[in-house]
Parts: sequence; C-alpha cells; structure tokens
Amino acid sequence: MKDHNKIIMNLENMARRMRRRMLDMAVSAGANSSHFGGGLSIIDITATLYGEIMNLNPENPEWEERDRFILSKGHGVLGYYTALSEVGFIPEEDLETFGKNGTYLYGHPVMNRSKGIEFSNGSLGMGLSLGIGVALAGKRKKMDYKVYVLLGDGECNEGSVWEAAMAGSHFQLDNLVAILDRNNFQQTGSNKDIMSVENLASKWESFGWNVSEIDGHNISEIYDALKAVKNQKGPNAIVARTIKGKGFSFSENNNDWHHAALSSSQYEVALKELDDIS
Amino acid sequence: MLINKSTIKMWSRIGSRASFGMAALELGKEYEDLIILTGDTSTSAGLDRFKKSFPEKFLDVGIAEQNMIGIAAGLSSEGQKVITTTFTPFQTMRCCEQIKVNIGYMNHKVCMVGLASGLVLGMLGYTHCSIEDVSIMRSIPGITVISPADCGATVKATLAALEHKQSVYIRLTGGTPNPPVYKDDFDFNIGKANILRKGNDISIFACGTMVFNSLEAADILKVGGLDVSVIDMHTIKPIDKEAIEKASKSSGLIVTVEEHSIIGGLGSAVSEYLCTLNDKPPLLALGLPDEYGSAGEYRSLLEKSKLIPDQIANSIANRFSSI
Repeated sequence: MKDHNKIIMNLENMARRMRRRMLDMAVSAGANSSHFGGGLSIIDITATLYGEIMNLNPENPEWEERDRFILSKGHGVLGYYTALSEVGFIPEEDLETFGKNGTYLYGHPVMNRSKGIEFSNGSLGMGLSLGIGVALAGKRKKMDYKVYVLLGDGECNEGSVWEAAMAGSHFQLDNLVAILDRNNFQQTGSNKDIMSVENLASKWESFGWNVSEIDGHNISEIYDALKAVKNQKGPNAIVARTIKGKGFSFSENNNDWHHAALSSSQYEVALKELDDIS
Repeated sequence: MLINKSTIKMWSRIGSRASFGMAALELGKEYEDLIILTGDTSTSAGLDRFKKSFPEKFLDVGIAEQNMIGIAAGLSSEGQKVITTTFTPFQTMRCCEQIKVNIGYMNHKVCMVGLASGLVLGMLGYTHCSIEDVSIMRSIPGITVISPADCGATVKATLAALEHKQSVYIRLTGGTPNPPVYKDDFDFNIGKANILRKGNDISIFACGTMVFNSLEAADILKVGGLDVSVIDMHTIKPIDKEAIEKASKSSGLIVTVEEHSIIGGLGSAVSEYLCTLNDKPPLLALGLPDEYGSAGEYRSLLEKSKLIPDQIANSIANRFSSI
C-alpha cells in the first residue's frame, strides 16, 4: 500500500503541473478567452480523481470496467483536459490546440471516448441525470464501476439538478458521487447576488444523500473524502469549498476571470507564482 | 408478434396507448437489455401489465421529464435499449433541450413515445393537447419522427423503432376506439410511405388519425367524380421523397392532412421537398390553425379545424376546382 503522504505529494505535484499546462492553454485560446476561474476551482479535485481515485485504462479508453466521470459544469474544461492529459488520454501537445479552429478540445467538452471525454456538456443542469442513467446501467450490468459527476454551485440554480438529486437517493445509487464545486460565484456575480444557494450541504442531505464537506483545494481532504464514499450506502455528495481562480493572485475570487483572455504579462506573473510554490 | 385481423380488431378497441403497452409486453420478452422509463404515467401508457411482468425492465422517474431524458441517455450510453414515454407535451417540450443535447447532439439512441398527441385530450385543455411536437422534434438532428395511422401501425412502429439505427419519436394520436386503417398485417418500413389507395386526380399525404379520415374523404370525393390517392406518410422525418416526387408527376393537387399545427408538421415537411421540384402541382396543407383555441370534446375540436372527413373532402374539392 502506498504511503498516504506520498500519494498526496504526488497529487499536489500533478495539480501544479496541470495549472502550468492550463496557463499555456489559456494563452493558446488567445482572444477567444477561456473559463479560467471555474477551471482553477476544480483542478485539485480533477487531479485527485484522475491521479488516484478513478479506475481507468488510458490504453483502452472504453474499457467497460472503468469509472465514469461527467463534467456537468462543462465550462470547467481547463481542469478536465489537463487531467486527461496527465494520465495519458490526451497527448500533451494536443492541449496547445485548445481554442484554435480544428481542435477537438472545445470550450465545452464534446464527447470523444477515444480521448477519455465521456460526454458532451456545456448546458448546465444535465450531467447528474446522465450520471444516474450510467449508474443504473452499472447496477443492471452488475458492474462495479463508479460514476463521478462534478457540478458547479451556480449550476444548482437549475431545477433539473434537483430532479436528479431526488432520483439519486430514490434509486439508492451507492455507485454515484456528486462533487459540488462550491466557489460561491457564477457567471455574472456571486451566488448571493445572483441566486442564493446557501446551505448547500444541508440541501443535499435533505434530498437523501450522504454529504461530506471539505476544503476543495486540500488534496488530502479531497482524497480522503473520495476514498470514504466507497464504503457508504446510497448516493454521495461532496461539497468542496473552493476558490474561483485558485492559484494565481490576480484571479482568486475575482469574477472578471469567469471567462477571460490571459495576457502575456499576466502569464509571466502566473508562472512566477507557480514557481514560488514549488 | 402476432399481427392479424383479430389482434388488430382488439387493439383498435383499446386505442393507441394501450396498443403501445401490448407492443411493450412483446419487447419485454424479446430484449434482455430493454428498459422503459415513464414519468408517473405507467397506466396512461398502457404499461401496467408490463410493469408487473418485467419489473426489472421498468423505471418510473416520477414527474420529472428533464431528468427522465438524461437518465435515458445515460442508460443508452451503456448499451441499454431505452424507451421513454409520457404525455406528449411533457415528452417533447418540457425536456426539449435535454433531447437536443443528450439524444440529438450526443447521439444516444432512445425511442420516445408521446402519448395522446393532437387534440384527443381536448377536455383537459391545451396544456395536455399537443399541436407542436412534430415541428419541434423534426428540427432536432438525428431523430426519426413517426406518426402511426392506427393501433396496428403503433405496434409495428414500436417494434421497428427498437431496431432502427437512430433515435425515434413516435407520436400517438386518436381516441378509443381508434378505427383501423390496416385490417390485417402489413409492411411497415420506417421512411417508406404506404400507398393505400390509388387515384389520378389528387394525392393526399396523411399521418396519424388523419389517414383514416382521408380515406373516408377520398370515398366522398369519389362520389363527386374525383379520383384520389391516399398515402400513409407515417414517417415524417426522414420524409419519403420518392413518394412525393411520384405523386407530383401524376396529380393535379397534392394535399397534406394532419392533426398538428400547419406550421412545421407533415405539410411543412412535404412542401419543403415539393417546392424544390420542377413542374409541381399546388399544395393544400390541412391541419390545425396556429392558435390555442378553446378546450372541448375531441370531435368538436376536429370539426372546428375542419378535419372531419366531409370537411376534408369539401376543402379538397374547392381547392381542386380553383386550379
């Protein structure tokens, strides 16, 4: 068994490399801009999922036993493609095509199973329903895979999320994990200003889910929470308290970075800040 | 499945929804990986026996149609054969964007069955009537749209949909009894219109309940000396271009008849192709007006829209005489 500290350290390094690569992707997108803030709030979560938690086989992307991941907040692609690249689904050089005409790495995921992109997303509020279908199919096929669905807190404005939340517990899907990226912001402002989604953990609890609440940038907490769900009955929700734009001083909690272009001077600042951490 | 004079007679007594339920029972026996989803409408969909016989192949998702389509797509992505069903407005419009993204865009194969479309639920008001569904479903890439003419055709369409390469939307119309157009087993091929009656003057393309009414209208027109073809255009998308082209060459007037808005349905689909042809005859598109009328009993609503056989015959005779 691997040493816990070592696992966490490896994942932290992976997340740092992913931040480094996403900076290049943001530059590659140029004036097309990218969803910078919401990509950074999930990146420690996707690093942990892809780096350690999920059972995957990049050599055989459609391996039937694999765990499934659905990026319900489809705009979080910077935190998704970089994870897929880290584990070998997407060649590193392909990341540089992001935001350029002819790429398969679009601003929202477009289903491409050979590259590990399980579904097309982008319209908010749909991923959890898909996840329920995939989880039900797992039960029908008597397979042990798990289904991880990553949702935004702003996304929880959508009523369809709550239809799915109701069904997840009704069908007692212990193979389903919803991760809530609680970064407190949505497109044009804070949740509080636009549409409150307060008491998010108790909302999910009252819908019948096993809920844990963690610091979504503390890899050790993320790892432990994801490991813990494997032993619970019924569906699991992890509310991950995150910071939109996490990792760079200019973008943290600054909603101007919801969807923005990274200038070369900002890129330099960001690189330096990454170096300072390592 | 046994399709003969006596089963067709029995189905026409119970109506299209219960006939769908009969088809489902057959599919339950045939397909190990079948699953039928409803939104708290199992009884309305004629699925009570199915639910009892195949509990593991039945899933009620409650009154949550957006979720139903997402779940259906998730199951389909894992290789399950999926049917969804509820009343038409909720099967098509409530979850329209979920259909676009999950079924159209991602190309997950699902068979969707819209119950009680058209005006049959007229006494419940226009929340439950559906005059828009064909128009909407037809505009989503990757979805085949079928409007069966009677109960036998409903059974045939359901069986065919499961083996079809694309997602299918099946639109059920009519009340009980639902008069049979096909009195015995017949060929039903998705995308291939059935010519039910041949005449040299006029060609009527109809779908759903209006196939029967058009046959009756053709009888009335015959008495007046007009020789009319009636074609069951059960598949509205993809439209049978060959059938339209043939009719355009042999007829002085093309008519479409549907229990659907005149915007976006069969009439639109036929005209979209017809207008591309050289030397085409004029088109008379009969259907429901572009309005939400007052609620009312089924037949009275059809009458208001001039869709009773003698009214159809009158409209056709008037138009033909003005050519």
